[in-house]
Amino acid sequence: MTHEQIIETLEAAFAGQLSDCDTAHGISAITIPAASNLKVLQFLYDSEDLQFRFLTDLTAVHYPNRTNEELCVVYHLHSLHLNKRLRIKLYVPVAAPKVFTASKLFSGANWMERETFDFYGVDFVGHPNLKRILNVDEMDYFPMRKEYPMEDPTRIDKDDEMFGRGGTIC
Amino acid sequence: MLINKEKITMSAHIHLDEASIQKQTTTLNLGPTHPATHGVFQNILEMDGERIVSAVPTVGYIHRAFEKIAERRPYYQITPLTDRLNYCSSPINNMGWHITVERLLGIKTPKRVDYLRVIIMELSRIADHLVCNSVIGVDTGALTSFVYVFEFREHIYEIFEAVCGSRLTTNIGRFGGFERNFPQEAFDKINKFLEAFPRGMKEFESLLTRNRIFMERTMGVGGISAERALNYSFTGPNLRAAGVDYDVRVAQPYSSYEDFDFKIPVGTTGDVYDRFLVRNQEIWESVSIIKQALEKIAALEAADPSQKEVFYAPEADKYHLPPKEDVYTKMEALIFHFKMVMGEIEVLPGEIYSAVEGGNGEVGYYLISDGGRTPYRLHFRRPCFIYYQAYPEIIQGSLLSDAVVTMSSLNLIAGELDA
Repeated sequence: MTHEQIIETLEAAFAGQLSDCDTAHGISAITIPAASNLKVLQFLYDSEDLQFRFLTDLTAVHYPNRTNEELCVVYHLHSLHLNKRLRIKLYVPVAAPKVFTASKLFSGANWMERETFDFYGVDFVGHPNLKRILNVDEMDYFPMRKEYPMEDPTRIDKDDEMFGRGGTIC
Repeated sequence: MLINKEKITMSAHIHLDEASIQKQTTTLNLGPTHPATHGVFQNILEMDGERIVSAVPTVGYIHRAFEKIAERRPYYQITPLTDRLNYCSSPINNMGWHITVERLLGIKTPKRVDYLRVIIMELSRIADHLVCNSVIGVDTGALTSFVYVFEFREHIYEIFEAVCGSRLTTNIGRFGGFERNFPQEAFDKINKFLEAFPRGMKEFESLLTRNRIFMERTMGVGGISAERALNYSFTGPNLRAAGVDYDVRVAQPYSSYEDFDFKIPVGTTGDVYDRFLVRNQEIWESVSIIKQALEKIAALEAADPSQKEVFYAPEADKYHLPPKEDVYTKMEALIFHFKMVMGEIEVLPGEIYSAVEGGNGEVGYYLISDGGRTPYRLHFRRPCFIYYQAYPEIIQGSLLSDAVVTMSSLNLIAGELDA
């Protein structure tokens, strides 16, 4: 089964819900509405033809300029049966980043979702233990969001634009 | 006496909740710096005598925010960050990162570069597996085997030293290939290693593989079924020990692995002993792959003597530092050197997930480039971060001493776990 056929199968099952379907660098990518993530994941898991039953990776990306869809949650699935990878994206507003948890379907999603919460503040609804994992519990912000530059921009002892510090690059 | 009386009255005010008085189990803190945990791993165990009722792992003690740092670094400066993920096999991480960027840029590396990379990657896989397997021996009370194989790990590090100048955190190679050609000394050392290592490896195996005490201590300990392992997104030897023959080198070949003939060893029960056997067998396969790679390089050079000087992809010259003598004497080379070192080489926009078979599983790089000098987003798929979450389930109901062996058999590397 080719990447195109995988996307066709999905389009047949979720008519009108898929967007931005493409295949690049050996991975098909689709974008789905945030509310239907579990339905799509469950369909991919159960489908005898596809058998996307391996969650390779789960993470998020922050796009501060996309109004009302600032946070992008990315799933990388792998079908060991077809030996094909699939990337699923969904966008949620940074003000209320609610996504249903996939940890009931994939035990491995538990810590991946905790990591995503820890760094981006994505609220995985229904997660059994959604708390920080790599950062300290007392932290009150989500450090991977783009509004937090890597170094303190108020430092003047290291202000050197050529080396990517301070100045306008952030 | 009066002081004691006061103490007694004060203690009457200490409130203990009912559950903790009724509790029949003992809470035990294992780690984060315990000699048996080999790294900063902390587990709060709930013990019923010697049996573990539940475990709560704490991670993040050496979190260094690599993903955030990567968003500010030019591409070539990210290679040293990948060193520090799985520092037992840094060259695999380095090359995984280089292959990711090459795939994004559409650079096709010459065969000789691929084979040289395969040699280095398989050597580091051997080093990685040797550490892990010999440490299982240490945790079952057999220190000798550990000392035996560390001689060969040292030989491997000497090869890395001859190729790139450093040993543990190697920063080996560049986008498109290597920074310089392999010196003859490196090939001599590889040949010497291939000659001496099989004897040492056999000795190592004869110490442990059919050792009654070792077998009794590891068989049936820390097992996981194939279904659970897949559900927990296990990869690498831990998944193969459970009986799933998934290996990135075969499933989605990179660096010309499709040219090589090798077997994927699998286990059945996924216990500590199976993981040990799978890694040992993989070491033998790696030795065979290195031999094949040397033969293939010799064949390439015999067919075309100019191949001897091929050590990076010509299309990647934008990402390859010019030779030092040119930098000192030629204007263009100097400008290019400066641009590259200052990280002013821009990478085309794109999005890619690319994975390599690391020492302990699938090491993935999810890279989003918006066309700037640094990645917009870089996420490392770190295999042991993902499979460590299965640890409480694996050790539930087992003895404390088995939990220690299980931890070392999972090949957990703190640097990779915490990124």
